[in-house]
Amino acid sequence: MMHTKTVAEMANDLAAKKYSSVELTTHFLNRIEHYGENLNSFITVTKEQALAAAKHADVQRQAGKAGPLTGIPMAQKDIFCTKGVKTSCGSKMLDNFISPYDATLIERCNQAGLVMLGKANMDEFAMGSSNENSYYGPVKNPWDLTRVPGGSSGGSAAAVAARLAPIATGTDTGGSIRQPAALCNLTGIKPTYGRVSRYGMIAFASSLDQGGIFGVNAEDAALLLNVIAGFDEKDSTSADMPVPDYRKTLNDSLTGLRIGVPKEYFAEGLNSQVADCIHEAIKTYEKLGAVIKEISLPHTNMSIPAYYVIAPAECSSNLSRYDGVRYGYRCEKPKDLIDLYKRTRSEGFGKEVKRRIMIGTYALSAGYYDAYYLKAQQIRQLIRQDFVEAFKEVDVILGPTTPDTAFKIGEKADDPVSMYLSDIYTISVNLAGLPGISAPAGFVNNLPVGMQLIGHDFSEAKLLNVVHQYQQHTDWHKRMPEGF
Amino acid sequence: MEWETVIGLEVHAQLATNSKIFSGAATAFGAEPNTQACAIDLGLPGVLPVLNRDTVAMAIKLGLSVNAEIAERSVFARKNYFYPDLPKGYQISQYELPIVKSGYLDVILDDGSIKRIGITRAHLEEDAGKSLHEDFSNMTGVDFNRAGTPLLEIVSEPDMRSAKEAIAYLKTLHALVRYLGICDGNMQEGSFRCDANVSVRPKGQAKFGTRAEIKNVNSFRFVEKAIEYEVKRQIALIESGGTVLQETRLYDADKDETRSMRSKEEANDYRYFPDPDLLPLMVTAEWVEKIRSELPELPAQKRERFQREYELSAYDAAVLVSSKELAMYFEEVLKHTQAPAKLVTNWVMGDLAAALNKANLDIATSPVSAEQLAGLLNRMHDNTISGKIAKEVFEALWHGAKDADSVINERGLQQVTDTSAIEKIIDDVIHANPAQLADYRSGKDRLFGYFVGQVMKLSQGKANPEQVNNLLKEKLK
Repeated sequence: MMHTKTVAEMANDLAAKKYSSVELTTHFLNRIEHYGENLNSFITVTKEQALAAAKHADVQRQAGKAGPLTGIPMAQKDIFCTKGVKTSCGSKMLDNFISPYDATLIERCNQAGLVMLGKANMDEFAMGSSNENSYYGPVKNPWDLTRVPGGSSGGSAAAVAARLAPIATGTDTGGSIRQPAALCNLTGIKPTYGRVSRYGMIAFASSLDQGGIFGVNAEDAALLLNVIAGFDEKDSTSADMPVPDYRKTLNDSLTGLRIGVPKEYFAEGLNSQVADCIHEAIKTYEKLGAVIKEISLPHTNMSIPAYYVIAPAECSSNLSRYDGVRYGYRCEKPKDLIDLYKRTRSEGFGKEVKRRIMIGTYALSAGYYDAYYLKAQQIRQLIRQDFVEAFKEVDVILGPTTPDTAFKIGEKADDPVSMYLSDIYTISVNLAGLPGISAPAGFVNNLPVGMQLIGHDFSEAKLLNVVHQYQQHTDWHKRMPEGF
Repeated sequence: MEWETVIGLEVHAQLATNSKIFSGAATAFGAEPNTQACAIDLGLPGVLPVLNRDTVAMAIKLGLSVNAEIAERSVFARKNYFYPDLPKGYQISQYELPIVKSGYLDVILDDGSIKRIGITRAHLEEDAGKSLHEDFSNMTGVDFNRAGTPLLEIVSEPDMRSAKEAIAYLKTLHALVRYLGICDGNMQEGSFRCDANVSVRPKGQAKFGTRAEIKNVNSFRFVEKAIEYEVKRQIALIESGGTVLQETRLYDADKDETRSMRSKEEANDYRYFPDPDLLPLMVTAEWVEKIRSELPELPAQKRERFQREYELSAYDAAVLVSSKELAMYFEEVLKHTQAPAKLVTNWVMGDLAAALNKANLDIATSPVSAEQLAGLLNRMHDNTISGKIAKEVFEALWHGAKDADSVINERGLQQVTDTSAIEKIIDDVIHANPAQLADYRSGKDRLFGYFVGQVMKLSQGKANPEQVNNLLKEKLK
């Protein structure tokens, strides 16, 4: 059962030549063929390219040129541009878009010898928390096929949860990695803003977007983060900082670790059984030698309103390039230029995307800019300041990732505000630019519960260490959904 | 009623970099459509801008040269609007926090007086592509080669009071960017474009009138004509009881008129906001000082030096420094001649300028080199030829003659300075005109000129005029 292994184990097996990358890749391709359609986790499966890459990886290994992840298959969120392969971003607008270039993240994965199995389904332009906003249809949660896997990186999460891919990338603008990780029982990390290059990652909200990883555990996430993290001169907002070996510190002791628990994250709206799981996790950490401290992040309740001004404002501008002129969808027989714009964009974008473009356009309009965009930016500073203050007293912050477990497909589709509220614990981390990680912390009614750990800038190694130690003493992360 | 014109200018200077402002694509003019547009220029999904630091150095150069403040921190913003030649649906520009602010430029007017024109700001931005409406029936072609070309937009205060002043400012600024080497100044190719904000108000009124913005006029002459037309239009409109609308107007050079393009109500709401893909631009004091220490001699400094060193008038000096090439030519002539600077000035600004103008050439492509002109002036200075003969020699040089000396020798144009030879001619003239001689001696002084003319004619223009004058005076007594 190759697919039940972790990436770390597969890497060892490949090194020991227990099986080849072609065998491993074929195994996963078969699983995608068998289960993929039902889950709807992939938009494009790149079978031929995957087999060719696997073959190449095996040749590299024979030649003694294999790196730590050479030959490991993976899924890429369809938001990353992949040369010669359709890059749709979950939208009708880019259904015909074959990217002529590779995103920096893709280049790095290719250079490390990773094998791309396909492009994972996602909410259109990464806007959504349920993966119901994809032009290619909703993704199903492997733990309960009537429920959402979370979003926007729902395809990546479902694929790894069902072991159709051993590991996958995602992007997180307001929780789009951490929330699906929580809902699908995975370890999902959103690095510090600027840690992973955004070049070639299709923009939703540029000041919040950050690429990251879904793994079955912290060690796997650390292995892939070693590949994708680092400065990129093509991204002016990427951080020119050294990248540590994230695997090296996984076994550091947690004795004396100061964990802050924000009281605002346990207020009204949190499912009490989810809260119980998090309290259990806190107890586990105490046993591991950590010191628990209650803290306050007083501006937490302002994060959703601030986010739903800033993110739509940036998206309204970022998505202006989809105009039917140079690439992507173009309406049939436009009468004139205005008709071309109107129909291309009305027909090419889905409902949620259009909603956010309109909100953002409004927020940036003359006469409203100060009241909305500028005010939201000020709140953003306050939110970041909350964290800066907190990190004077604690090393990491712990709380639930989401207020509840996975909801039913369709349940919140007509209630955007209730949908937005499901990101209450994750959004402020993006606004502050901090790293966050979600890890399995239990189950409620057979549905996974995630805990979120938040660190200060560039503390990914610490977050992975803290989760890895927890995973040495718990086995929530080892549970797999039935039927796959 | 007496009206006063108020003009402010916005100049877009294309910066002379090798690559674009936010990508590595080349900026050369005239390439096949869409061959100089990379993924970033085309606004493909996922691409990001990276600032070309050369453009910043150029903006700083301009800022220092117009006595402006260089912002330690400036911010790139997005100007959002839809147009097919705008690939991203927004232009990256600087809005609230430009890199250059609060400067001025001293401009010499035709009467030699100096006028100080305020410069509100100068900011960096990217150019759009080009829409081509002509070659496609019922469709528009788009060429993205120009997309992402770096521009420096230089905005003046509304300090100009006539089209002439506006042109004087524009020419001064044009010379400056060329001196600095930050812009090639080619107006036909659109490297130096001008928008003019024009309004009128009753003389003495403090409040500005409503302004019209005239877009993209591509020569000095058209800027002048467009402003003049617009001023007349506005005055006529107000005097006939109408009101000037705030609007954007286009100048039609063929019809010599401005036409409404869009009104204020139709204007876009550009929804400016800081570009989250670019960090604020930080400029260190060290960088600014390094650039300051490397600045070339600027037109104003050169003008003052010319006035001082060569004892030229402010106006002459201003004309000579109006282009870097002209100033260089002038100094090159001086290097090769003993003739006084005033004579050199007169020739460079007079005969040479007139000939170039007539042939539609500029100083850089002058058929008469500085050295050739110097050779000619040397022969004038040492009295080998007169000013009149000099014009003939110049004509020969213009048409390809090697140098002044060979023309003079081949054509035997040397001035006659031999007193006895001139006396001989004078004697002949007096002898041939007894009646005029009698009249002159009886008091008709103005006949003196007649005798000079006859002597010069007989000498084929070669007699030294000064000697002719003196000797004639003696002989006619």
